[in-house]
Amino acid sequence: MSVDPLLGLLGGILSHEFMRSAFLAGTGIAAACGVVGYFLVLRAQVFTGDALSHAAFTGALGALAAGVDLRFGLFGATIAVGIGIGLLGQSARADDVVIGSVFAWMMGLGVLFLSIYISGSSGSNGSNGTSGVSVLFGSILGLSPEAALAAAVIGVGICALVVLAARPLLFASVDEAVAAPAGVPVRALGIAFLAIVGLTAAETTQAVGALLLLGLLTAPAAAAQRLTTRPSRGIALSTGLAVVSVWTGLAVSYAAPSLPPSFSIIAVATAIFVGAAAWTKATGRV
Amino acid sequence: MTSIRQLFEYQFMVNAFEAGTIVAVVAGAMGWFMVLRRQTFAGHTLSIVGFPGAAGAILLGLSANLGYFAFCVGAALIIGAARESVTTASYEDESALIGTVQAMALAFGFLFVSLYQGNLTGLTGLLFGSFLGITNAQVIVLLLVGAFTLLVIGLIGRRLLFASVDPDVAAAAGLPVRALAMAFLVLLGLAVAEASQITGSLLVFALLVLPPATAQALTGRPLLGIGLSMVIGVAVTWISLTIAYYTPYPTGAYLTSLGFAAYVAARLIRVALDRPRARVSVALPVTSS
Repeated sequence: MSVDPLLGLLGGILSHEFMRSAFLAGTGIAAACGVVGYFLVLRAQVFTGDALSHAAFTGALGALAAGVDLRFGLFGATIAVGIGIGLLGQSARADDVVIGSVFAWMMGLGVLFLSIYISGSSGSNGSNGTSGVSVLFGSILGLSPEAALAAAVIGVGICALVVLAARPLLFASVDEAVAAPAGVPVRALGIAFLAIVGLTAAETTQAVGALLLLGLLTAPAAAAQRLTTRPSRGIALSTGLAVVSVWTGLAVSYAAPSLPPSFSIIAVATAIFVGAAAWTKATGRV
Repeated sequence: MTSIRQLFEYQFMVNAFEAGTIVAVVAGAMGWFMVLRRQTFAGHTLSIVGFPGAAGAILLGLSANLGYFAFCVGAALIIGAARESVTTASYEDESALIGTVQAMALAFGFLFVSLYQGNLTGLTGLLFGSFLGITNAQVIVLLLVGAFTLLVIGLIGRRLLFASVDPDVAAAAGLPVRALAMAFLVLLGLAVAEASQITGSLLVFALLVLPPATAQALTGRPLLGIGLSMVIGVAVTWISLTIAYYTPYPTGAYLTSLGFAAYVAARLIRVALDRPRARVSVALPVTSS
């Protein structure tokens, strides 16, 4: 009896093409976020992820203001900034104040682009403003089937890349001083990793927006790291939790349309993180 | 000259300049300590929490002002308490926590705005600031809160500086390091709430990080640095407001660009200053002998 409404809800969700697209893209994006986020939290580079989300915003709006495809600016800006932070930072870990200063300026540029873009075509004022907002907060329900498929493929590609490089990356992240003499190219790995974080940030912007992507990158990963200390389990758990967040978030927003899907997804991810923190505290595990 | 007079003919521009000056002075002082204590990430999170605060207050029919102050100070208390309860937590744990709090705060802000179904200008105003709508009453609130913040930081400044530079020695000397850290976070929350009303939640860094970082690149002396940080903040605000008045683009873009230009210039000056000094110290013995 209790399964029936759930099945009905699921059937209802999957009968819409935009919901199928959202689930397809969301799964690929969430998986990428789970895997990349695990290493991001492990390497204490959450702040860098924050900076990349700002780059995503400015890049996408810059492309819109210049009249080119949004994804061009989005992917270009995040990957370039990821590599740039990697190159500038000492042993590929940049200083807080430098990152803060650069992204304060990038946000300012983003605002400039937003106002150029909104005032640019006076005829379609409203629709321009809306796509500006969707850069900030995402529009997973607005993805075309082709865009959704592309997002899913890129997401799976990111997962495969990181999993392939997982062993040396893990070594370099946990103990840089030992990994370097052991022949692990620590610096090159650090820069390549940030480029992949940039790619993931651009992907995730399409789903939950530039301002909320940090939640999907960090919350499932931080929850997984509290629940297990074993890396292989942690990566799998982080990926699983991210996917569950997106699925549950989409279902909740379908059932309660006044809740935007980006909000529901981040709310579920945060709830999972809070639950994991409470559970480890209650059971006395660290 | 006439164009400058024209600038101040409108009450909203006078209010904008008054509010901007108050905010720049307060942010200059608080930001200096924030940069020194390496708490930029916490400061950023406080500023973002102001967004759901203001959006929620508007949704409930209250003033955005109240929402900014309530949420920024509330978040400061929570971050401070979380910091104390998990003393063993590592840095990566703390930053993951802050990152999650931040995304959740933005998500709530977005929810409130979409529930309110407010217009887009309202949303971009909350995120990126709008200096045009500042009322006389708001200026007075900013002035009172700003004066209180500066007064308290003036009273605890010396001890806070000691506790920031070397917490272990300060604790051994009997200073209440944890209480100072908590007090600082609450004051930072107040400063952030103030600055948000001019720059919007997303651009608070323009006043809170860039002028202090510029000042710290130029001088290591605390009083001089704080003073310089305030002066830079005020100058950047005035120039930005003036340019924004004559152009169709938002103040935030000018604030961040000018602030960043000052920061880059200061870093370049630092590099240039450090080089000749090395040469001079080598040359000195030769001239004296």
